[in-house]
Amino acid sequence: MKVLVCVKRVVDYNVKVRVKPDQTGVDVANVKMSMNPFDEIAVEEAMRLKEAAIATEIVAVSCGVGQCQETLRTALAIGADRAVLVETDVELQPLAVAKLLAAVVEREQPQLVILGKQAIDDDANQTGQMLAALRSLPQATFASRLRVADGRAEVTREVDGGLETVSISLPAVVTTDLRLNEPRYVTLPNIMKAKKKPLEVLTPAALGVDVAPRLKTLKVSEPPQRKAGIKVPDVATLVSKLRDEAKVIP
Amino acid sequence: MSKALVLAEHDNRALKASTRNVVSAARQAAGHVDILVAGSGCAEVARQAAAVAGVEKVLLADAPHLGDGLAENVALQLLALAGGYSHIFAPASSSGKNVLPRVAARLDSAQISEAIAVLAPDTYARPIYAGNAIATVQCADRVIVATVRATSFDAAGDGGSAVVENLAPVADSGLSRFVGREVAKSDRPDLQAAKVVVSGGRGMGSAENFKMLDPLAECLGAGLGASRAAVDAGYAPNDWQVGQTGKIVAPQLYIAIGISGAIQHLAGMKDSKVIVAINKDPDAPIFAVADYGLVADLFAAVPELLERLKK
Repeated sequence: MKVLVCVKRVVDYNVKVRVKPDQTGVDVANVKMSMNPFDEIAVEEAMRLKEAAIATEIVAVSCGVGQCQETLRTALAIGADRAVLVETDVELQPLAVAKLLAAVVEREQPQLVILGKQAIDDDANQTGQMLAALRSLPQATFASRLRVADGRAEVTREVDGGLETVSISLPAVVTTDLRLNEPRYVTLPNIMKAKKKPLEVLTPAALGVDVAPRLKTLKVSEPPQRKAGIKVPDVATLVSKLRDEAKVIP
Repeated sequence: MSKALVLAEHDNRALKASTRNVVSAARQAAGHVDILVAGSGCAEVARQAAAVAGVEKVLLADAPHLGDGLAENVALQLLALAGGYSHIFAPASSSGKNVLPRVAARLDSAQISEAIAVLAPDTYARPIYAGNAIATVQCADRVIVATVRATSFDAAGDGGSAVVENLAPVADSGLSRFVGREVAKSDRPDLQAAKVVVSGGRGMGSAENFKMLDPLAECLGAGLGASRAAVDAGYAPNDWQVGQTGKIVAPQLYIAIGISGAIQHLAGMKDSKVIVAINKDPDAPIFAVADYGLVADLFAAVPELLERLKK
């Protein structure tokens, strides 16, 4: 069974981003970039399917600027067999990415597509669902457990009330949540091996997809700042402050 | 006239409060607001939805294959109606987030996720980078599809008298099947609706210790929350997780106990009116957002806090 894993290059999760003073965006110059943490979980899950002899080939795909090759090399180092970059400098929004991935799915015909549930830069949480709809496929989002057998996937999902389990026919789209697995560390030998694995570069034009952004960003601003707080010396003071100053307890 | 359709959040028995907040957002975006209740045996939900102020019509699609919120089916139900609306909104709940992008994709609309303000019918503010930046975006698509952060809008009250219209439900897509759910039963109020939230982090040390927060939460009538670290370690269930990719809460009072305050956790609670932090590490980042910070051993501070609150 072929598994397609989609990965995004994002600002590293440890970076506290700053809004540019001209409000045109967030300052990402010289900032550390990494694979979206949820996508690492996706690649790891694909690896576990391969190790269980359920997946026979893992193809990693990413869409964006040329440097996304680095992200794909990481996926290859984790263990993906080959990679595809759909290269463009155009600002990609989820709908465009979903269309590009739909075209790649058409080419590759995977039985399972795994994506991270959301990218930690735009926090959109749309791409997997959009891809599934464009391809008329079932979806299982926010997966915390995945079992594949007999042409179906049984997926336990983290939802607001707790956990929910669905059974979906393959081919299908699954998006990962935090607790699906703990990604392995990439070893140096695997990084070296990854350099020799195939990485194909495509373009949106070659896939026949219009990727022009739809949402126009009018401005990017700082969130409301909180007033600086104080340290209280003991519980007694805390209670009196909450009661008499903040008035949030009776 | 612009018309908005709000996807109701419910459990087939009762309308969830978040629907009312989304109705408020919809009323800011469009002149006419309808609600879609898609479920199974959910006539009571439709009745409650019809009493929400500002709603013209409640559309009821009642069928077994809509009863478990399967995204493939609920999306088809929305798509069957989409031609009549300029806006389709849902709460940014796990169900809204699951369903709405399918609708957006099929309508070839760019979805706006987690709208926190309606600036114009086509212009919305939304958080990005874990809420460290706010993007103001404008959408030119024929149908504006958006998930809405309920805590950013007031809840529409009662007093409405909408008409309830029964729809022929769409057929079962057959793509997915509901197998089961594990919903934790709790006496505590819903985390996202509670006025006070008591939240524990890795500092709690164990699932057993986490229970120490129960009497405190009980005393304050609070909901119980947790950091990702606490959930990962098994101290608390996943649906207690507050954070960028967990629940977003904005209570009157948020008490963070043994929580260091990672960027991702702050994203879920920094809109709280008053934030209290109890942590033995004076350098914990949580103190930067706390209105009142107490550097102390939580195993001494929490029992003392409970004692004093009871007085």
